[in-house]
Amino acid sequence: MNNVPVEAGLILAGILFILGLISVLIRRNIIFMLISVEIMLNAAGLAFIVAGARWGQPDGQVMFIFIVTMAAAEVSVGLALILQIYHQIKTLDGDAANRMKG
Amino acid sequence: MNEFLWLIPALPLAGALVLILTRGNLSRTVASIIGAGSVGMAAIVAIIINLDFISSGQQAYHQVLWTWMNVDDFSPAFAFYLDALSVIFIFVITFVGFLIHIYSIGFMADDSGFSRFFAFLNLFVCSMLILVLADNLVLLYLGWEGVGLCSYLLIGFWYDEEKNGYAARKAFIITRVGDTAMAIGLFMLFSTLGTLNIQEILTQAPQAWTVGSQTAIAIAFLLLGGAVGKSAQLPLQTWLPDAMAGPSPVSALIHAATMVTAGVYLIARMHVIFELAPVAQLWVGIIGAITLLLAGFSALTQFDLKRVLAYSTISQIGYMFLALGIGAWSSAIFHFMIHAFFKALLFLGAGAVIMVLHHEHDMFKMGGLKNKLPVIYWTFLIGAASLAALPFITAGFYSKDQILWLAWAGEKGNIWFYLAALIGALVTSIYTFRMVFLTFFGEEKTHVGHGAGRLITIPLVILAVLSLLGGFIELPHTMGHVTLLSDFLQPVLPDVVLRPGTEQSEWWMQGIAAILCLLGIYVAYFFYMKRTDLRAEIKGATYELNRFWFSGWGFDALYDILFVQPFLYLARTNKNDFLDKINEGMVTGANFFHKTFALTQNGVMRWYIMGIVVGAILILSLGLLLH
Amino acid sequence: MEATFYISSAIAILATVMVITSYNMIHALIYLIVSFLAIAVVFFVLGAPFIAALEIIIYAGAIVVLVIFVIMMLNLRDETVAEEKTWLTREIFIFPAILSGILLAELVYIIVNAGSTPLSYPAISPSEVGLSLYGPYVIGVQLSGILLMSGIVGAYHLGRQKKKVVHRFLEKIEQ
Repeated sequence: MNNVPVEAGLILAGILFILGLISVLIRRNIIFMLISVEIMLNAAGLAFIVAGARWGQPDGQVMFIFIVTMAAAEVSVGLALILQIYHQIKTLDGDAANRMKG
Repeated sequence: MNEFLWLIPALPLAGALVLILTRGNLSRTVASIIGAGSVGMAAIVAIIINLDFISSGQQAYHQVLWTWMNVDDFSPAFAFYLDALSVIFIFVITFVGFLIHIYSIGFMADDSGFSRFFAFLNLFVCSMLILVLADNLVLLYLGWEGVGLCSYLLIGFWYDEEKNGYAARKAFIITRVGDTAMAIGLFMLFSTLGTLNIQEILTQAPQAWTVGSQTAIAIAFLLLGGAVGKSAQLPLQTWLPDAMAGPSPVSALIHAATMVTAGVYLIARMHVIFELAPVAQLWVGIIGAITLLLAGFSALTQFDLKRVLAYSTISQIGYMFLALGIGAWSSAIFHFMIHAFFKALLFLGAGAVIMVLHHEHDMFKMGGLKNKLPVIYWTFLIGAASLAALPFITAGFYSKDQILWLAWAGEKGNIWFYLAALIGALVTSIYTFRMVFLTFFGEEKTHVGHGAGRLITIPLVILAVLSLLGGFIELPHTMGHVTLLSDFLQPVLPDVVLRPGTEQSEWWMQGIAAILCLLGIYVAYFFYMKRTDLRAEIKGATYELNRFWFSGWGFDALYDILFVQPFLYLARTNKNDFLDKINEGMVTGANFFHKTFALTQNGVMRWYIMGIVVGAILILSLGLLLH
Repeated sequence: MEATFYISSAIAILATVMVITSYNMIHALIYLIVSFLAIAVVFFVLGAPFIAALEIIIYAGAIVVLVIFVIMMLNLRDETVAEEKTWLTREIFIFPAILSGILLAELVYIIVNAGSTPLSYPAISPSEVGLSLYGPYVIGVQLSGILLMSGIVGAYHLGRQKKKVVHRFLEKIEQ
């Protein structure tokens, strides 16, 4: 019925991951960085699903559930931190938080 | 009683350790009790053991404490050997040392380094005792180095002034040259005889070498090199006048009575080797004769009170070397003992005078102290008389006269030694009484502050008594021929052999010596008391000679040209050699990498993520390449 | 069925590219939702309907909404968009694109060389997932619980605004 090759799924996951990686590398705004990390996490989850479907077992989906859980927790804590930083340095510039340099 | 021999060096060592570990936190009273008391107790133990030794008539006592090291067939022990020679030395060291400690309590009372002073002084006494009691040459070398160290520490005691540090370093470096020669001598001894135990050497050496063998001569000259360094004889005599930068008790103990006589002790102890090498023994005498003249003439021109006494010490040790050179071993030891008494007395008295006159060293600014400081004056006068060998009443007469006579009449004596010793006696008398007249007579040029306390005057009195009475243990043939000392030393040091036909010459030799002494006193009186105006004329006429003798016959300048300048030149030209470049290169490289790697920590988060990505790429590529 | 897969994957990639290059935060988030929806369709094709639903509910429905709320709380002005225009230039794409291109090339190389197995994907029903979750992977469930709890506590604590401590003298004036 569906003859989607495994490589196509994995390559799709790879492309999405790379796109998220590029976005993390070039963005200066902290919130955009967070969004890009979400893209990367989603791509990783996609890879797990493809793998699980290839073997016909639910393990891939279980792993995806864990990934999503972790992503949710991470986003909530991360946003709380972003709020704190915004109150401290009054800007969303990631390069402004460079007191640990040198 | 003899088993307490180890206490004699151990008590001062304990005192030194306590004073070092408490680092000046003890009160003056406690520190002085520990410092002087330890040496005092050592003196008491020494006197008891000595009396026991003398009365029991035994020859030697050997006490082994423990084996120091055990390497292959070399196992020196920490062991002490008591015989007649060391009995005399430990008596002088502990007793005179104790008197000087008492004096120091009064002398250094206002000094901030009071506890440190006594710690070093105790350490010195311990090292010197180990030196004379050692039964093997390695332990003797330990004591040798120990006294060198303490000499450095005590000359540079007032280290705030730079010149004291220079003097201390000069003393240490020059004696080091001698120490190296001695060390090489010890190596040669061990490689040829296989042992460094003194008694074994003294018995094996005559069997291993004939008289005049090359090995014996080489070893004897090397040992002589070591002795010359420590005893400030030619050519290593330049450090002693500068060592007067230390406090007066230090000058009295180290540079008059004990450390500078370590060379005399060494040669007397190893007399068998010197007897096997007549050339070396002859040179001992030659060095002694030249040094005593050289130092005597230098002392005539000095104006610093302590420098006169320093050159006088060099000169008198020259007499001891002369005696050793002609084979008059016990005479040398006799003169050592008497010299220790009167020279310590003179130094302590000089120290008292300097202290009372608020640290004025220049004799030409002193004067008129005869009535102001009576005790110091009379004791100083007695010491000076002993030094000049005033006939019949002073101990110096008996000891120095014996050397003078034996220089002529001894088997190895000759006319040149005798003339040198005679002229030296005249010069000694002149400069000694020049010193006395300038310091104590005439008008008072510097006002006397307070007098000197009991702690200072009592040791002076005791030493003065000894300077008068100490000589009666050895009277010459013409006066009853008392030979207590030489009989006592007979088992250790052989008697001197007289040339045939000279026994009768002693009485007119003594006469000549006595006349010379009195002549010297008169000359000093004439030029320094009566006709002081003639001095300026003579000084103007002989100015060049005066300056030459004043600088110690130009030895400092000579060594500067020969050794110091080339060394400094080498150090300067070698300042930036390639080894330095290697070190500098390492530093520069480390700095460069530091700055470069610090650039990677710029606090920008995207930069760090980039780093992670680059790392991931590299690892993946590595994995791909390996498969 | 393959056509559905390829079309939705193309939509996902396009939407993600728009997320990357957009200047406005909210626009980016909308495009992100589109991307997630497309991925959900992909999950459906791959025989994971439960996960497709989960993706939409949690990812698109909760996480993205959370981010939108926080953006609203930050009270950003229009200067942010202008700022973003200055930060996001064409030149800045070059070096990361090269790096990521190399990484992508390596990933593709690894995947293609692993061998191809065309299979049919049976649909794995939620009951299977549930049995697996509460069977062998029950520890993971516990850990997820702890993680979520720590997330809640952390988010609450870190997000608190500390009250400014004012001197009592000034306090009276403020009243």
